[in-house]
Amino acid sequence: MSTNEIAGTANVIGSKKRLPPEVSILGVLIGIAIVFEILGWIFVGDSFLANKQRLSIIILQVSVIGIIAVGVTQVIITAGVDLSSGSVVGLAAMVAASLAQTSANPRAVYPALTDMSPIWAILAGLGVGLLAGMVNGSLIARTKIPPFIATLGMMVSARGLAKWYTLGQPVALLDDSFTWFGKSFNILGFPLPLPVIVFLLVAVIFHIALTYTRYGKFTYAIGANPQAARVSGINIGSHLVKVYAIAGLLSGLAGVMTAARAASGQPGMGVAYELDAIAAAVIGGTSLSGGVGRITGTVIGTIILGVLTSGFTFLKVGAYYQEIIKGMIIVAAVIIDQHRQNKRKKA
Amino acid sequence: MNGTGTMEAAPAGGAAMDAGYLLEVENVRKEFPGVVALDNVQLRLKRGSVHALMGENGAGKSTLMKIVAGIYTPDSGSFKLRGDDIKLRGPLDALEHGIAMIHQELNLMAPMTVAENIWIRREPLTRLGFVDHGEMRRKTAELFRRLNIDIDPDVKVGTLSVASRQMVEIAKAVSYESDVLIMDEPTSALTEREVDHLFTIIRALRAQGKGIIYITHKMNELFEIADEFSVFRDGKYIATKASTEVTRDDIIRMMVGREITQMFPKEEVPIGGVVLSVKGLALKGVFSDVSFDVRAGEILGIAGLVGSGRSNIAETVFGVTPADAGTIDLFGKRVRIDSPSTAMKHGLAFLTEDRKETGCFLLLDIQENTQMAVLQSGYVKSGFVKQKHLAKDSVEISQALRVKTPDMAEPIINLSGGNQQKVLIARWLLTKPKILILDEPTRGIDVGAKAEIHRLISKLAGEGVAVIMISSEMPEVLGMSDRIMVVHEGRVTGFLDRAEASQVKIMELASH
Repeated sequence: MSTNEIAGTANVIGSKKRLPPEVSILGVLIGIAIVFEILGWIFVGDSFLANKQRLSIIILQVSVIGIIAVGVTQVIITAGVDLSSGSVVGLAAMVAASLAQTSANPRAVYPALTDMSPIWAILAGLGVGLLAGMVNGSLIARTKIPPFIATLGMMVSARGLAKWYTLGQPVALLDDSFTWFGKSFNILGFPLPLPVIVFLLVAVIFHIALTYTRYGKFTYAIGANPQAARVSGINIGSHLVKVYAIAGLLSGLAGVMTAARAASGQPGMGVAYELDAIAAAVIGGTSLSGGVGRITGTVIGTIILGVLTSGFTFLKVGAYYQEIIKGMIIVAAVIIDQHRQNKRKKA
Repeated sequence: MNGTGTMEAAPAGGAAMDAGYLLEVENVRKEFPGVVALDNVQLRLKRGSVHALMGENGAGKSTLMKIVAGIYTPDSGSFKLRGDDIKLRGPLDALEHGIAMIHQELNLMAPMTVAENIWIRREPLTRLGFVDHGEMRRKTAELFRRLNIDIDPDVKVGTLSVASRQMVEIAKAVSYESDVLIMDEPTSALTEREVDHLFTIIRALRAQGKGIIYITHKMNELFEIADEFSVFRDGKYIATKASTEVTRDDIIRMMVGREITQMFPKEEVPIGGVVLSVKGLALKGVFSDVSFDVRAGEILGIAGLVGSGRSNIAETVFGVTPADAGTIDLFGKRVRIDSPSTAMKHGLAFLTEDRKETGCFLLLDIQENTQMAVLQSGYVKSGFVKQKHLAKDSVEISQALRVKTPDMAEPIINLSGGNQQKVLIARWLLTKPKILILDEPTRGIDVGAKAEIHRLISKLAGEGVAVIMISSEMPEVLGMSDRIMVVHEGRVTGFLDRAEASQVKIMELASH
């Protein structure tokens, strides 16, 4: 055997051009769309994609999920999870709706607070979300209980609050100035609903925040290696409160949009949205073990969920089958994600 | 394959074999990226003997043990068990061959009972396929009787003391009918009485013809329990001797070996005033009454064995584990350091011991890894990172440190250990520290990178940075430090000036 002294000869690493990880997810999205297009011509005799209305609806359907997913992505990057998003949507929708009622409603929740500027309803909805998120974050930072448990508690309690708020009654007859936020606009002949615009705006803002700000750098650092982050001087507790507060705020925003679109507040709004949001993030390449994930991926993941729902409906696949297949696709995405990570570790 | 007996071993035959070697490992070589951990070492373990492994930290003892226990596969070399050539496929395979390792960090499942822990995977079953708890209890009690261990088989392991858990581990190893038992510093957490009990058990095992490999740093244990010992140094085998034919000084000389040359040149620089003054620092159960000063331009070496509390002292000074008692004065002002970010505000920097656990963000790239600490205090304008400016300075500092990488967007996981270490040093240099604490700055990295890091530390001291350097490598401590503080079992046992310091003096202060 040779006794070569390998000391001193550090390995020289070849330069590799790296494609952004979203490229592969985008490929999946395009692939799914093409499959639906082909199946459409075969089984329905119609084009899946060449339909402005449908394209618009695809995104509209998932824009609320998308807004939540942007927050959830950030939480997952810190190696956490937020199960409370759906319940917070319900609670925020109820609170916002209760402050957006018209005086035409003889049984308004707050008869003295009708016909107000929609700004109050929106602020109240956002405030509820922010508060819930801060409670989540503080619980996790202070008591060190797992995020799963802290947000599970919030999920149950917030849903309870949403029901207790009006003792289970829906909140109806909302002011037009409020429901305007759920409407569509024609932009260059393309029907663009406001929730979609809000979703994309939120995505752009937090893409920038994650990529170019200290907040973003610290978010990745905490997820990648909390001990190293702490030794690097990052205050993990206070940063986690921020991340969960943002996730809560975005759930609140999603609640406001939901109430505006439905022109009512119902305590059952947003049930299981957290799961769709987590699925969107994970399909988009966010790693549940933290440190990895991008908003662009999450946006594509969200659209994939929309395309799946819309495509199945277009192909007249029964609702039950849709759910079965959707579940399998989510699991497949996580399997691929793990595979990707293992490859990264071996590299 | 009895024909392949060794020269020493008598040809096949019951009684004669018993006197032969149980385990023969020869010409074993093991490389890790960037380091040769073992360079053609050997180990021969006799039946019915206790064989101690001695050597400084990083001498290769643990690597060798992991090879014997099947955790690592050697790159080359021969491995004979009871005279037969074998190749271990993993720890489980080793266990089935009768080689059991009692780990320093115990591998028991706390919520399960003692008996369940011992017979895990081999639970006695009833005819219906259920676990036969009665039989399991009986077998455990019998095992304990043989070993003279007094523990209830039905209690949960989590309720036992460390010493009792260790007994359970040993019993478990014996239950596999193992012939080779490996104990890695088994007494590090035991009281004197518990050590006596352990030694009684070890002697009983020896009398039963088992071979015991015993890693220790404690000289007195060597003379008390070991029949033979082998010394390793820098991954090389030095010698095997009977413990009756040597003195303590002989062993230290064998462990230390090389003459101290100017391998680690520390430049003579003017030493300024006291910048950090620590008095009566204590962390409950870890260390107490630690006091020392460090001056600008000075390198204070901290020597001591692993587990002596030296790293804990550094962590406390940096606020990772805030102190329970004592004071810290920085630049003449009393400060309370309750978190790393407070420490950083006062100009401290801390390169941690464990690159993977507390250093690198393995998922992130070199640039992100380099900039993470400085973002706390600079290169940020209204929340946005001044990435261009930061990238320029990061590249500059990486080049100065000779980080070998084609570009800063390379994931840090792809770098060698030495280069990762340089990136972490770059991380702290970007913060322009006034006091730099380095915990094992050159652990596990190759000679070339080592020299570069030493040159750099020396240069920083020359610029007036106060350096505290913890190291297990004696030559490094001796060559780099202006003064050396020696720590033993959570107490400072002495200071040595550069002129008077020697390996023997440090060893004397660091052990007993």
